[in-house]
Amino acid sequence: MDATSSTNNFILQVEHLSMKFGGLVAIGDLSFQARRGEITALIGPNGAGKTTVFNCITGFYKPTEGMITLNKRDGSTYLLERLPNHEIPARAKVARTFQNIRLFSGMTLLENLLVAQHNKLMKASGYTFLGLFGFPSYRQASAESIELARHWLEKADLIERADDPAGDLPYGAQRRLEIARAMCTGPELLCLDEPAAGLNPKESASLNELLNDIKDNTGTSILLIEHDMSVVMQISDHVVVLEYGRKISDGNPQSVRTDPRVIAAYLGVDDEEVETVLTEVGDEDVIEQLDTGPDAAHGPGNSASMMAGPVSDTVEHADEGERVTVSKAASKAALVDASKPVSQAGKPAAKPRSPAKKSTSPAKPAAKSSTAKPRGGRK
Amino acid sequence: MAVTVSPERDVVAPPMQRALREAFYAGAIALGLFVLFIGLRTDQNISNELILVQRWGLLALVVVAVAVGRFLYVAYAAPAIERSRAEKAKAPAVVAEPGFVRQNFNRIGAAVLILYPVAMVLAFGFQGSLKWVDNFGIQILIYVMLAWGLNIVVGLAGLLDLGYVAFYAVGAYAYSLLATNFGLSFWILLPAAGAMAAFWGMMLGFPVLRLRGDYLAIVTLAFGEIIRLVLINWRDVTHGSAGISGIPKVSFFGLMSFNISDPNYIAKVLHITQSGAYYKIFLYYLILGLCFLTAFVTIRLRRLPVGRAWEALREDEIACRSLGINTTTTKLTAFATGAMFGGFAGAFFAARQGFVSPESFVFLESAIILAIVVLGGMGSLGGIAVAAAVMIGGTEILRELDFLKTGLHWGNMTIIPGFGPDFTPELYRMLLFGMAMVIVMLWKPRGFVGSREPTAFLKERRAVSGSFTKEGHG
Repeated sequence: MDATSSTNNFILQVEHLSMKFGGLVAIGDLSFQARRGEITALIGPNGAGKTTVFNCITGFYKPTEGMITLNKRDGSTYLLERLPNHEIPARAKVARTFQNIRLFSGMTLLENLLVAQHNKLMKASGYTFLGLFGFPSYRQASAESIELARHWLEKADLIERADDPAGDLPYGAQRRLEIARAMCTGPELLCLDEPAAGLNPKESASLNELLNDIKDNTGTSILLIEHDMSVVMQISDHVVVLEYGRKISDGNPQSVRTDPRVIAAYLGVDDEEVETVLTEVGDEDVIEQLDTGPDAAHGPGNSASMMAGPVSDTVEHADEGERVTVSKAASKAALVDASKPVSQAGKPAAKPRSPAKKSTSPAKPAAKSSTAKPRGGRK
Repeated sequence: MAVTVSPERDVVAPPMQRALREAFYAGAIALGLFVLFIGLRTDQNISNELILVQRWGLLALVVVAVAVGRFLYVAYAAPAIERSRAEKAKAPAVVAEPGFVRQNFNRIGAAVLILYPVAMVLAFGFQGSLKWVDNFGIQILIYVMLAWGLNIVVGLAGLLDLGYVAFYAVGAYAYSLLATNFGLSFWILLPAAGAMAAFWGMMLGFPVLRLRGDYLAIVTLAFGEIIRLVLINWRDVTHGSAGISGIPKVSFFGLMSFNISDPNYIAKVLHITQSGAYYKIFLYYLILGLCFLTAFVTIRLRRLPVGRAWEALREDEIACRSLGINTTTTKLTAFATGAMFGGFAGAFFAARQGFVSPESFVFLESAIILAIVVLGGMGSLGGIAVAAAVMIGGTEILRELDFLKTGLHWGNMTIIPGFGPDFTPELYRMLLFGMAMVIVMLWKPRGFVGSREPTAFLKERRAVSGSFTKEGHG
């Protein structure tokens, strides 16, 4: 009893999810949960595998390993990795939007929302046969579907343009329409892939409003990928941070924001800040290592922006007399991980690649405790 | 050195003067071009010697025609176009209310089609109307039906099908074989032929589900050829290239027959004079009914979830899957529905011809049907019907152009010399076809009707411009 209620608290449970493309590990052993009625954000640098996670959840990819469980409100449970692509929205009630908007651009807004109610209407039309002869049951269902579409058009503030082609809308409106369309499928879990990408601050604020409205009034839980931190920090209840297909942090927005590994991996840091961050972690070893000072020849450059990556972070292990060089493009989270080998031993090692910079230089082992792995990030 | 611009140079010559000058130039160019093409012609005389025939009169006629044409264009047509363009630009951008004809195009079209045989009979009598009802009416309507059937697959679902004629063949052979071997009636076999074609539509659909675009087109083309080759080589059943003859006529729902020898021949039942025209007129209304059925089903389906799913599939297949639409069954229903109408048309074709052979189901037929769909505007029933009338009626009308052989005479004077009795204009139909298509595609790249009618609306129904709709990727 206790166990079922606790599992039912989570709408989505991702366990040991791995996705490999040939030799490329896009997601490695990822586990996280999304709580019912909350907005869970999935963030991470470009190429961290966020969209791959989405594609696994919504059935566009079949994961190599792992289990994705969806617990519906009525207590039924679906293993998403076993369902065919189209049955995930139809039966498990998981709707999604796309990073590059995918609307039916030649159809009107209303038609877009009616297509989203396909399965419901298909049943009402007796799989076309009753509808073909104009049975009243279909006519009623059709009127209801138009009402639902009207409801969501109003929510998305698009009612004025209901009879215009979707391709004619400005970008921000297209994003809102895509969300409205996903909501018309009556989802339990709504997966949004970068809903705020390309929006101006005003549009972004109205998006926040829409998402909060969905959360409060429909009981739909939301899982979103976002780069816009203002959106993430304002509306999400729970944040999962990915880097190279591995989870590096998980918690509420505040704790994630202050997590040094997130700061290092996601936001990028100056070299001076790396030291500060490492010091903040409070690991004696780190402080000791840093105190010994870097090698002059390969020492940290004067600037290491997020774009450039740290210029040769070199950490000298004075006690062992062995120098471990981190490549230019090494993962910053790995750097933090490497600095506290004992506490991080159980965690999967992050891969030594820069989040921001797509350098092709082969990564050298970041540190003794973190094993170098091939690049795993993939969109 | 200062550049002085003489004011006279800038002044454009008055239109008349300019027109005369340009007409002269055009005439001179035409003379230079045609002096050897038209003025002189090589020929053989009786003793097989090569001789030069001089045609100075014709040359003069052509040159004068060019010069006059240029004069009229520069002096009158060009300024008129300019003026109307200026007027249009000046006029406020009011959306023109579509005229009465345009608003009620479909209704008027249907009325014209229903009254067409009556008008022909009144104009030419029973015997004279035969040609107009059969060669024009029935022939065009068969293609309208085929194109409307293909429109479901290509225009709505966006699946490029180059082997559509296969379903036409399946329908035609289904009727011919079952009618000649088992003596079943047309009215039983019509649905059977449709079902058979729909079944083969599904059979084609399964292997090509994963294919898109060019790959899909090639496989469907191959499918069409396979069906044709089976019909040629499966001699025991299909009699190979010899075809099947003696296919029974359609009866008037079993009540009256159109065979003169039968006791219930229509003329005997109704006590009217014998005529072959009755059967043709009956066939005309039969195919018209089938066309209306196709149109009705297409219009209804578009407003049903399955039709919207077809169009959504054409717009974006991945988005469809993300909304829980089973793309497999959606594609299969599109193939099956399109094929079913092809099968109906095939059964009708067999009944009308009384003879089928694989010759009738070559790739060219598929190409013509597809050309009609593209020319008419994918997805639009009215545009496709007009395109079918233009393409099929146009080739038929070439046979009627006798003056191309004999020349045009006015009294004793020859206005235009003919090409001689050996000239057969219908042989040039493919050339004209191609030219017409190029011109239409330049003028209206999305076909006669490029816009799309939305299937549902909240406030007002506004056509969706063709620039937003997608053609589909297969």
